Amino acid sequence: MIWEPLKLSLLVVSVAIVIIATVGLALGLLLAKGRFHGQELLASFLTLPLVLPPTVSGYYLIVLLGRHGLIGEPIYNLTGWTVAFTWQAAVIAAVVLALPLMVLSARAAIESVNPQFEIASYTLGKSWLATFFLITLPLARRGILAGIVLSFTRALGEFGATFMLAGNIMGKTQTMPLAIYEAVISGEDKRAQGLALILTGVSVAAVYFTNKLSKGMIRY
Amino acid sequence: MKRELPRLDVHANSVWLVFGTIATLILVLIVPGCRSAGPPSGPSSSNELTVSAAVSLKDAFNELANINEKRTGTKIHFNYGASGALQKQIETGAPVDVFASAGAKQMDDLATKGFIIPSSRGDFARNALVLIVPANGVGISSFIDLANPAVTKVAVGNPKTVPAGQYTEQTLNRLKLLPGIQTKLIRAEDVRQVLDYVLRDEVEAGVVYSSDAMSAGDRVKVITRAPDDSHDPILYPIAIVKESKQQDAARKFIELVVSPEGQSVLARHGFLAIK
Repeated sequence: MIWEPLKLSLLVVSVAIVIIATVGLALGLLLAKGRFHGQELLASFLTLPLVLPPTVSGYYLIVLLGRHGLIGEPIYNLTGWTVAFTWQAAVIAAVVLALPLMVLSARAAIESVNPQFEIASYTLGKSWLATFFLITLPLARRGILAGIVLSFTRALGEFGATFMLAGNIMGKTQTMPLAIYEAVISGEDKRAQGLALILTGVSVAAVYFTNKLSKGMIRY
Repeated sequence: MKRELPRLDVHANSVWLVFGTIATLILVLIVPGCRSAGPPSGPSSSNELTVSAAVSLKDAFNELANINEKRTGTKIHFNYGASGALQKQIETGAPVDVFASAGAKQMDDLATKGFIIPSSRGDFARNALVLIVPANGVGISSFIDLANPAVTKVAVGNPKTVPAGQYTEQTLNRLKLLPGIQTKLIRAEDVRQVLDYVLRDEVEAGVVYSSDAMSAGDRVKVITRAPDDSHDPILYPIAIVKESKQQDAARKFIELVVSPEGQSVLARHGFLAIK
C-alpha cells in the first residue's frame, strides 16, 4: 500500500524526464541560437507554468485535454479514449510543469558557450549538428545537467496540475505528493509521515547521485 | 581528420537513436492501444466504477466500497479531493461515474450545467458543527465562552472559501458572538487545518464538523454541538454523472449508501443520518 504511490511516481517521473530532457534541450537550443520573430514571446510562454499556480496550469490542461477539451474532444471522438484519470495524464502534467526549468537552464548553458569554439568547428567543415553534439553540448553539460536535476525534482513533487488532470486514484494515478496530501487531509498522520520520509529520501538520493555524476563528468 | 570522421558518424547515429526513443515514447503515451505499458487506466471497464468523493468521506466510503464489492463484484476506484476541484474535473469530461460532494453548491452547479442525472440525485448524509478544544484544554464549556477575554485564538474555516467556515460564521452571527470575537478568529483554508491547529495546541478552540472531530479520537475534546437551527443544514449530495457508462453499477452503489446499512457505516464515522 505504501509502495504503490512510489512505484507510480517513479514510472511517471522516468518517462517525464526523458521527454523533458530532449524537448527542453531542443527548445533551449532554439531559443539560444535561433533568431526569429516572437522568440521572446515563445520564451515567456514556455516560462508560464513557473509563474502560474499549478492548479491554474492544471485547469488549462483539462480545458485543453479533457473529454470536452479543444484537443481532448477530437481524440475522444476518434478513439473513445480520454487522457484524463490515466497515468499518462500525470506524465503530461509533470512534463508541462517541469519543462520551463529545463528550457531556461539549457538556454543559459548553451548561450554561455564561447562561440569561438563553434565557429572553429564550422571552419573545420563540421555540420551544425556535429558541432552541437561535439562542441556545444559537452561545453554546456553542467548547466544542462542542472536543468535535468531541477526538472526531475519539480516533476517528482508535482501536485496541483496532476490532481486536476490525472485525479487521485489509488494504484492508478495516485503519485507520492497526492498520497501525502490525502493522508494528511484524512488524518492518517503515520502514513503521511512515512510517505513524506520516502519522498524526501528519494529526492535527496537522486540529487546527490546526479551531482556526483556531474563531478565525475567534469573531471575527465 | 581520419580519426575524427567515425566519431562523427557515431554521434549522428545517436541523435537518431534519441529522437527515435522519444517518438516511440510519445506514441506509447498517446496511442490508447499501448496502454498496457503502465498500470490499468482509461475508462472504467465493465465491473469497475470510478467515484469522485469529498476527501472527508474517505474512511466511510472505503468501508462501503468493500461491502459493495463483496455483494456485487464491482470494484470501486475512488478519486478523493476537494469538492470544487472534483466538480471542475467532471465539467471537463473526466471519466467519473458517481460524484459525492461535501456541499450542495458544487452539485447544484453540475445539475444546472447538465452534467449529472437529476433523478439519481439525493442527500445521503448530514453533518453537525462542533466546538472543540485541545485534549488538555480548560475554561471553555460553550460557544458563549469564546467571548471570554482569556480566549485569544479560535480557529475557523475561511468563510470565503471553506463551506464549514460559512456555516461557522452563520452560527457565530446567530449567537451574537460576531463581530465581538472577529479579531480572535484564525482562518484556515480547510477544516482539516482547523483540526490540526487544535491538535497542536496552537489555538484555544476551533469549530469543525463532528465527523472530523471523531476522526481525531481523544486527541481533541468536543465541547458542544452548534444548534442545528443556527446554520443552514449541512448536507452531502450524491448523483450519477450523465456520461457514465456504468449506470446500473452506479445506482447499486448509491442504493447501498442510502440504505440503513450504509447509513450505519456513515454514522460510525461521525455523520448524521438523513431525516
